[in-house]
Amino acid sequence: MSSPAPKSPEQSDKSRKYDRQIRLWGEHGQSLLESSTICLLNATALGCEVLKSLVLPGIGGFTIVDGNVVTEDDLGINFFLDASFLGQSKARACMQLLQELNTDVNGDFVDESVDWILSNRPAFFDTFDVVIASNLNEKALWGLSDRLWEANIPFIYCRSLGFFGSIRLQIKEHCVIESHPDNRQYDLRLEQPFPALQKHFESTEITSKVPWLLVLNKFLQVWRQKYGGHFPANYKQKSELKEMIRAAMTADEENYEEAIKAVNTALGGGNVPSSIKSIFQDNACTNLNKQSSPFWIITKALKEFVENDNNGLLPLPGVLPDMTADTEPYITLQNIYRQQALHDADNVYRKCQKYLKELGLPEDTISEKTVRLFCKEAAGLAVLRGTKISDENAKSSNILSFVDDLEIQGTLAEHYVALRAYERFVSECGNVPGECYVENDVKELKTVASKMLSDWGVHASISDDLIHEICRYGGSEIHSISAFIGGCVAQEVIKIVTKQYKPIDNTFLYNAITSETTTFKL
Amino acid sequence: MAADILSVLSGSPNPLTSLNSKRWNSLRHILERPGPFCKSDFTASAENLEALQTVLKILVIGAGGLGCELLKDLAMMGFGNLHVIDMDTIELSNLNRQFLFRRKDLGLSKAECAARFINERVPTCHVTSHFAKIQDFDESFYSQFHIIVCGLDSIVARRWINGMLISMLDYNEDGSVDPSTIIPLIDGGTEGFKGNARVILPGLTSCIECTLDLFPPQVTYPLCTIANTPRLPEHCIEYVKIIQWEKENPFSAPLDGDDPQHVAWVYERSLERANQYNISGITYRLVQGVIKNIIPAVASTNAVIAAACATEVFKLGTSCYDNMNNYMNFNDIEGIYTYTYPPEKSDTCLACSNTPQDLNVDDPNTTTLDDLIKILCESQRFQLKSPGLTTIIDGKNKTLYMSAVKSIEQQTRANLTMSLAELGLYDGASIMVSDVNMPTTIQLILKYHPNEVEMK
Repeated sequence: MSSPAPKSPEQSDKSRKYDRQIRLWGEHGQSLLESSTICLLNATALGCEVLKSLVLPGIGGFTIVDGNVVTEDDLGINFFLDASFLGQSKARACMQLLQELNTDVNGDFVDESVDWILSNRPAFFDTFDVVIASNLNEKALWGLSDRLWEANIPFIYCRSLGFFGSIRLQIKEHCVIESHPDNRQYDLRLEQPFPALQKHFESTEITSKVPWLLVLNKFLQVWRQKYGGHFPANYKQKSELKEMIRAAMTADEENYEEAIKAVNTALGGGNVPSSIKSIFQDNACTNLNKQSSPFWIITKALKEFVENDNNGLLPLPGVLPDMTADTEPYITLQNIYRQQALHDADNVYRKCQKYLKELGLPEDTISEKTVRLFCKEAAGLAVLRGTKISDENAKSSNILSFVDDLEIQGTLAEHYVALRAYERFVSECGNVPGECYVENDVKELKTVASKMLSDWGVHASISDDLIHEICRYGGSEIHSISAFIGGCVAQEVIKIVTKQYKPIDNTFLYNAITSETTTFKL
Repeated sequence: MAADILSVLSGSPNPLTSLNSKRWNSLRHILERPGPFCKSDFTASAENLEALQTVLKILVIGAGGLGCELLKDLAMMGFGNLHVIDMDTIELSNLNRQFLFRRKDLGLSKAECAARFINERVPTCHVTSHFAKIQDFDESFYSQFHIIVCGLDSIVARRWINGMLISMLDYNEDGSVDPSTIIPLIDGGTEGFKGNARVILPGLTSCIECTLDLFPPQVTYPLCTIANTPRLPEHCIEYVKIIQWEKENPFSAPLDGDDPQHVAWVYERSLERANQYNISGITYRLVQGVIKNIIPAVASTNAVIAAACATEVFKLGTSCYDNMNNYMNFNDIEGIYTYTYPPEKSDTCLACSNTPQDLNVDDPNTTTLDDLIKILCESQRFQLKSPGLTTIIDGKNKTLYMSAVKSIEQQTRANLTMSLAELGLYDGASIMVSDVNMPTTIQLILKYHPNEVEMK
């Protein structure tokens, strides 16, 4: 089959500049990123490091809110300031030096404090895709948490204090289609071959030139005949199947070797994982309404397809791993999988159209392309439901399950409580613990922490060493700790905006002294 | 080591008066107040900041994604005297993460641009740039630094600097390392959303060579697949890259992945070949990726890994805390995950074991010199590129094979097909091996195991 000489597509300047990241989140991820606007509250070094790793990959725009002016202290921590800005608005200075990193990005600033915005312009936040904050006192943090929860705007609060850091994500609901699992399992349907595959199996002669899938299927059927139609489930049974294939080898056929290697991983495709089962049972899926997002409408269609049309199996992703074989038998097999995947996706798409009609929503709410992607990624769909930061003090909060234990000392849960006590100290005392006098503040911070724990009704306590270390820091922000947390936060923002990869759920802690991190759900 | 560092005097690029500036308030709390988690030999004092500013000399290798971050981080952590080496120039696709460069800098030296930016932005830090390869410098250059940090994308370069720092070690009579000859190596690496940071104390902890198997294997396709039975778009691109380009030589030049005309030619031919075999999925981006072996990269991962490295440099330089022990893996594909552990120092490490290692051979009568070279190139343990081999026979140096110098290659080529026995190499003979991966030659001892399975 000859075709006219193809012409190289023009590579746009942007496409070349962002090449190394588009290879990860694709053109569609990049365009979501480019249309996002991010708000940063308080131009700390940490906040600016977050923005740096967002401006570089090309978000649409950002706004910095900070009511302070640049001081000499700031120059030693924040890279996005220099001496020429001393005494001027910190929000504007950081905005200028950050925007300069990438002319595609719009920068803006407001030189007012977070407290002022909260009380005078509460609707200010509503237009942003994500709000990021650091260095708030407890009162401002709770006020902001309430406001952003109500406005349904994802909020990340991050801390960098001495050699400790933390990230807390507050998001009502977050749905991920492309979770990009690290070790993708191929879904090959060997146990329940669809008709076209079954026909192909029956009509193809097994030679040394065909893909291992056909070899494996042949011996799988032999094994099943011996064992009453069952499939090999345990190590012993799989080993026997492997031996069976090995015994049939006449030379060192590569496809037989590959079939033996694949025995352990080739089975089990198509089953609905428990994570997807719970998404199917989610209220948002079972009770569609006019406000339902495309994600939930497609999920409902998917559920109906799985339960009513496909024997309880997911739609076929249609992706085949490479297998040593001649070109023709491989491509033929690949096309059989791809055709079936299109067929399954088309069925799901028609169900989506039916639901859209029932809900009185326009047909183009959901495209065929989206449904195809959805079906291909069905086994990895993820839904994250978050909690409100200001609820952490409630008796029902998850925090109690982490601290209601005398063993918290020496764990990162202890650090979390200590960082929370630090914020309460700032709210109550109006200064930072250890700013001037370490010893006095050690006593005071200990009291604040004990009171906080007893208010939660738990008997745990914070070690004197940790209290002392926090006071020793005197509110210090250390650049490399901010840069570490800043990079992490930026990536979480990218995950939220592109709706790809799974974000943290929902609290991350970093101890740079020991190089330990942990994540827990509050 | 801290005392050691303080005893070394070097010219300060920064006036001491700046030590009183309020810009140091944050670092001062860490350096001038004692704390319960500090390293046992840490003394809280103003001298710590002074040492950072005026005494310590740090070398950053690489001014790319990690290097830009490292220079910023170290400058902001109070280090006053940095050097940076990089042989590359700035490209458009660097700008999504290498934040010290702008559009106007395209084509300029990365090392020079990065140094200029830091010097302008951070008046308390002076960066000296070297637009060069690491192999251009010798021991006398590397010995001036107290700590070396690597932000490299090349395994060859990592092995080379690792070998260099190990070759600079002195050993006491009992075989232990003389600690005053140790220059710590902090190494960072990233690929997409994954990365690692590690602390190497040459001779004491595991080194790059001890843990060669931690690097992901390179993807290669068998030549017969590429030529006869292509199944993936990559197979078609490799065919055009390896076979068709050679044959047609369309621009009378070697294939250059940065030349749009070259890439376009490969794209068009690859698409033709793919159509011929009904293979789908050829895109311009994929073609470029295969030609240049592009590794995806984002700003955030580089920021995280460089920061972890800078934190360790700071701990080493100030003794404020113990270093991490000693290798951290990072991955933020699903949530954020890290794992820190100490890989074991290998007793049979080619670089840091300080004893000649055995090279096991089944039968000297059937093993040719070419077979031996294949072992050195292909085995997981050696992974050499184009080793040169010499030995001593009857007290005289004899070059067995060397590909680097053309005349020697011609003189020694005939040895390749000779067996080890024919070459006069006996059981227990020493072979000296050199390679681009190593700054110095290493000694291997031939061990024959006729009629036995090769043992490790």
